[in-house]
Amino acid sequence: MDAKDILGLPKNSLPIPPEKKSRPQKDSQRKPDGISREVYALTGGVPPPLMPSLDVNQLKKRQKTENEKITWEWLSFTSSARKDDLKLYHWVRVVNGTPPTGDYSFAKYNKSVDVIKYTDEEYEKHLTDPMIILLCQEWTKEETDELFELCERFDLRFVVIADRFSTSRSVEELKNRYYSVSRTILIARAPSPADVSGHPLVKDPYNISQEVDRKRALSMVLSQTKHQERKDAEVLSEAKKIMETRMAAKAAQDAELADTSNASPERMEKAAAAAETASPSNIQATSGVAPLMSIAENAAAAAASLRTLKVYLRTYALDQMVQAASSSAGLRTIKRVEQFLQELKVNLKPKVPTKAVCAEHLELRKEILTLLNLQKLLQTKEEGSSYREVSYTETPDTPKGLHCVIDQDRTFVPDSVSFRAISTERVGKRDQKRKGPGREAPSSPAQSNKRPRKLKATDS
Amino acid sequence: MVRSSEDNEKKNLVNKLKDVEISAPIVYGNIAFWLGKKASEYQSHKWTVYVRGATNEDLSVVVKRVVFQLHSSFNNPTRVVESPPFELSESGWGEFEIAITLHFHSDVSERPLHLYHHLKLYPEDDSGSMSVKKSVVVESYDEVVFSEPSEGLFARVQGHPAVIVPRLPAGFSLPPVSAEDADKRKRMDPKDNPLTQWFTIFSEADELLKLAAARQQVQAQIARVRRQLTLIDGQHQQQLKPPSEL
Repeated sequence: MDAKDILGLPKNSLPIPPEKKSRPQKDSQRKPDGISREVYALTGGVPPPLMPSLDVNQLKKRQKTENEKITWEWLSFTSSARKDDLKLYHWVRVVNGTPPTGDYSFAKYNKSVDVIKYTDEEYEKHLTDPMIILLCQEWTKEETDELFELCERFDLRFVVIADRFSTSRSVEELKNRYYSVSRTILIARAPSPADVSGHPLVKDPYNISQEVDRKRALSMVLSQTKHQERKDAEVLSEAKKIMETRMAAKAAQDAELADTSNASPERMEKAAAAAETASPSNIQATSGVAPLMSIAENAAAAAASLRTLKVYLRTYALDQMVQAASSSAGLRTIKRVEQFLQELKVNLKPKVPTKAVCAEHLELRKEILTLLNLQKLLQTKEEGSSYREVSYTETPDTPKGLHCVIDQDRTFVPDSVSFRAISTERVGKRDQKRKGPGREAPSSPAQSNKRPRKLKATDS
Repeated sequence: MVRSSEDNEKKNLVNKLKDVEISAPIVYGNIAFWLGKKASEYQSHKWTVYVRGATNEDLSVVVKRVVFQLHSSFNNPTRVVESPPFELSESGWGEFEIAITLHFHSDVSERPLHLYHHLKLYPEDDSGSMSVKKSVVVESYDEVVFSEPSEGLFARVQGHPAVIVPRLPAGFSLPPVSAEDADKRKRMDPKDNPLTQWFTIFSEADELLKLAAARQQVQAQIARVRRQLTLIDGQHQQQLKPPSEL
């Protein structure tokens, strides 16, 4: 230090800024530990995922106690939880020669239930069971006594009690008897009814029939087959849709959208009325109508939210409107729309999103959705009609592998229209798994250039 | 007398034009050059990230400043560009996501707008034929929409090449544009940017044509399916009738 002073040199060496500048850039873009950059590029620029190592600073420091002398001794102890005076032994941490005092630390966990104890007079006065519950006998005093003794012994674990009960009683019956007895005693002992009215036993009495039903329903749900589960899910989703449209109708009435709210509530009422008849065809129709209603409301809501933003990107706006338009469609349908767009050689997100382009794109998506919905409707109608037709005629161009339904319809429908319908159906429903043998090829030799035909703009 | 008319004008300038939107088409992206002989391991490319008007017009009419947030390994990763051209040049080797924030003038918007751009340095075909002359350009087109602008803003940007302004319906009267603004507009036309030669020209015509063609096809198919549906409904009607009536 003094030498530096004498020589006139500065005490601390200056830091070298340029080195530091390039080094941080190197380090973090490189990500440490001597892996060369090329190896890094192989893994995609990110280190292979490893468990984060424990930071030593995060761990608690060991508490060194130098002023105390700790020994461990094998000592006996008693527990207040025991009724006898059994002396057991365990290791005890002794500090400075004095053993710890106090009760056994786990004694406080020895809790039990307060099971009501009635006297014989009380039994005769209030509790003799006049009712004959379900199929079994009435409760005798011996049975009731046994029940209460088991309840005390097993801390109200009714399943165990039911198992050990001498006569065969169901868990619900045992519960019913126990709770009604306790309730009666409670009310009888109370100085006035008002005192106990807050007690949970008094407030919510055990309802045996409800419990039996509830458990039966639960076991039914548990033992449902997959088929039933699907059916239930479908019905529930229909119901949910109908509820949502009703909610949306209410919301539309509250909002300041005059046109949609004028038209939709009336149609909503009709749709709701139709839905309540609960026949499948009605549900189909209303679910067809309902999504259109909700789409209109969603679109209006999306437009309103954009307006509140004041400044936004057109791509963002398009996304919002697309989401609003597809709000009623499931994920699968949305994927099909995107597939359709790709087949039409249209970008999923427009490369030049001007106002006009975005508007056209949105309209196109909506039209594709409509087309898919109509195709679905057509399919269900055809399935319905297949049960009516018995004969099916073969026209010379029809390969044998075709679905029966389509053949039957052909007798009524002119050939040209039906062929093209099939080809569009086929193309539009590419992800349908309904494939028969020999269906891979186009439906007939005349349709071999299906693809180019489809892409022509004028294809009537 | 004079004061009251001035006050009135000021009030009018703040009024919002309902159901009117003005939009500014922008293009944002980056251009990168391989440094060739001059490249080092950590400075292999020289790149520029930018936000520009779609037709290379001056965005400063609406944009006050642009903030580019770079990778944390860069010195001062938050770079602010206060005046056009809104671009930032750097050198490096890594590709990363750049957060671009557009801050607008106070009469346009209080809130900034965020864009994200993935910096691209290396060309798609990694056949390795890197040339100093070849540039890698990645641009994205978007439009900033200003919904229900104030009258003052509308008047200010009317006629400016960077902003698309619709024609107002009859009955609207706007305060006149001050001479100062008009002058400023003429001065800042950055047509002399050296990067201009690499910029992509985005045209909506192609996309519109494709979309129109696609829509026609879909509409034709819808018509077909509708015909089939009515035919089937006709069949069902027939079948529902008891045989004696047929």
